[in-house]
Amino acid sequence: MPADTTVTSSDAETGVRGWLQRHLSKLVVAPSFLAAVIFFYGFILWTVYISLTGSRMLPDYELIGFDNYLRIWRLSRWETAFDNLFIFGVLFILISMAVGCVLAVLLDQRIRAEGVLRSIYLYPMAISYIVTGTAWKWLLDPGIGLEKAMHDMGWTSFSFGWINDPDMAIYTVVIAAVWQASGFVMAMVLAALRGVDDEIIKAAWLDGASLPNIYRRIIIPTIRPVFLSAFVILMHLAIKTFDLVMALTAGGPGTSTAVPATFMYDMAFQRDRLDFAATSAVMMLATVAAIIVPYLYSEIRGPRRG
Amino acid sequence: MASLPQQAAADTLGAKIGRGVLYAALILFAAFYILPMLVMLATSVKDIEEIRAGSLLALPQAITFEAWGYAWNEACIGVECTGLAPYFMNSVLMVIPSVFLSSLFGALNGYALTKWRFPGANVIFGLLLFGSFIPFQVVLLPMSQTLGFLGLASSVPGLVLVHSVYGIAFTTLFFRNYYVSLPDDLVKAATIDGAGFFTIFWRIILPLSPSIIVVTVIWQFTQIWNDFLFGASFTSGGAQPVTVALNNLVNTTTGVKLYNVDMAAAIIAALPTLLVYIIAGRYFVRGLTAGSVKG
Repeated sequence: MPADTTVTSSDAETGVRGWLQRHLSKLVVAPSFLAAVIFFYGFILWTVYISLTGSRMLPDYELIGFDNYLRIWRLSRWETAFDNLFIFGVLFILISMAVGCVLAVLLDQRIRAEGVLRSIYLYPMAISYIVTGTAWKWLLDPGIGLEKAMHDMGWTSFSFGWINDPDMAIYTVVIAAVWQASGFVMAMVLAALRGVDDEIIKAAWLDGASLPNIYRRIIIPTIRPVFLSAFVILMHLAIKTFDLVMALTAGGPGTSTAVPATFMYDMAFQRDRLDFAATSAVMMLATVAAIIVPYLYSEIRGPRRG
Repeated sequence: MASLPQQAAADTLGAKIGRGVLYAALILFAAFYILPMLVMLATSVKDIEEIRAGSLLALPQAITFEAWGYAWNEACIGVECTGLAPYFMNSVLMVIPSVFLSSLFGALNGYALTKWRFPGANVIFGLLLFGSFIPFQVVLLPMSQTLGFLGLASSVPGLVLVHSVYGIAFTTLFFRNYYVSLPDDLVKAATIDGAGFFTIFWRIILPLSPSIIVVTVIWQFTQIWNDFLFGASFTSGGAQPVTVALNNLVNTTTGVKLYNVDMAAAIIAALPTLLVYIIAGRYFVRGLTAGSVKG
C-alpha cells in the first residue's frame, strides 16, 4: 500500500501535512462519491418516492402506495410502449448482432481496404440519433424518399409506407437503429476475432478440420464473452431509446411507436403527470438493473481479473 | 485470425468466385451505411425545385450552398428565425467545460481508486460503475427540480453541471481500467523518494496517460454533443443545444417543407462528431470497446 509507505518512510510527513497526504486519495474521490450519492442514488430514491404518490404537475409528498404501478398498466399508451420496447428490443438486438457478426467475419478474410470499409460501417455510431432519425424519416417518407425514387426509376408498383402505418412504424425504428448500431457490434466482434490465437486455428486446419467446424469449436467459444458484452450494451441502448423515436416518428402515427422513454418524457414534460412519469422511470430502471447487475457482478468477480 | 482457406487454395476458380462474392457483399453493406449520408449531402446542395422534380438518388445538377446558409442563420426554430448558429454555439459552450470537468474528475478518481486504494474503494467504484448504466429517465424529475432550485433551469451552465456529473461514471471507469494495468511499483518507488499524491499524478501518471485521455475526451465529446434527452428536458428556447434545435427545425417548419435545409441542418449538427471520428476514429473505436468490457 503506497499510503503506508508514505507514513513510515518519511518522518517529515507528520501533522496536518502527513494527515493530508494519507487521506488525499479519499478527499479527491469524495466529490465524485458525494455526487454519485446525491445525483444518482438520492435522485433515484426521490423518483421512487414520487412514484408512490399522486403527484400531478408538482411533487406531492403524500404517499398512496403502489397504486401507480397497477394503474399504469390500464393506460393503452403504456401498454403500447411496453409492447414496442419488446418488439423493438428483440429485433434490434438480434439483427444488430447478426449483421455485426457477419460484417466482422467478412472483414476478417484479409480484405483489401479493410480500414476504409470498417470506417464506413462504424461511422453512424459517431452521429446523433437525432441526425439518424432526421435522415431516415425523410428516406422512408413515401412521398419524397425511397418509394418516390423507385417510382421515378420506373418501378411503379414499389410501395414502402411503413412509417405512416401504425402497425408497421415501429419496424422503421428498428431499421434506423440497426443502421446506427450494427457497426458497433462489428467493431467488438472483429477485435475479439483478432485476439484468437492463430496457432490453434492453424493446427486445427492442418488436422483437417473444416472451416465451419473451426468456427463452431474454436473461434465462437473463445470469443463468447464479447457476445455477452455486445448483448448487454445493445439491450441497454434499446431500453434507453428515446432520441431516435422522437426524431423519426415522434411516437406516431398516433401513439403507435411510443416506447417507455417517450412515455416518461410525455408524462413528465407535456402532460403534468409526475406520478406516471416517475413510475415508468422506476420500471425502466428495474429492467436495466435486472440485466446489468448480474452482468457487472460477474464481470467484476469474474476470473479474468481480480 | 488468419483466414487459411485462401492460403491453401488461392488460385482455384472456386476461390476466385468466393472472393468475388465476399467483396460484393462487403460493398453492398458499405452502400447501406454510406448511402443515407451521401443522399443527405446531395440533397443539401440541391434547390427545392430540383428535389421535388428529380430523384432522390440523382446527383445534383447545379450545386448551391443556399440551404446551408439558410440552415445556419435564417431557418426558424420555434418562433425564432435565427438558424442553427446560436444553438450550435450553445453546444460548443456546453461541451467544452463538461468534457474537461468530467475527464479531470475521471482521471483523478481512476488514479486514487487504483494507486491509493483505501477501504471502501471498490464499493465506490461499484456505485459509480452502476451509475454509468442508469437510464437517465430516473433522474430527470429531481434534476429538473434541482436545476430550478439552483437557478440554472434552461441554461447552458445547467447542462454543463448535468453532463459533468453524469459523465464522471464513465470517465472513472475508463481511467480506472487503464490505471489498474499500470504497475503499482511506479507509485511505490516515487513515494519512497518522498513524492506526494499530486506530484506522482502530475509527473508519473499523466505522462503515461495520453492515449486514455484521448479516448475519454473523444467519448465524452461524442456523448455530450449528441445528447438530446437532457437538452430537451432541461432547456427551452434560446438555451437549447443543437440536437434539440435540429429536431425542432425539422418538425416545426410550417408551410413548404424545405428538405434541403433539413438535410443541411442535420449535417451541420453531425459535423463536429463526424470530424472527430474521421480524424481520430481509432481512439473512438477503443472508447466503444473500453466502455463495454469491464475489468
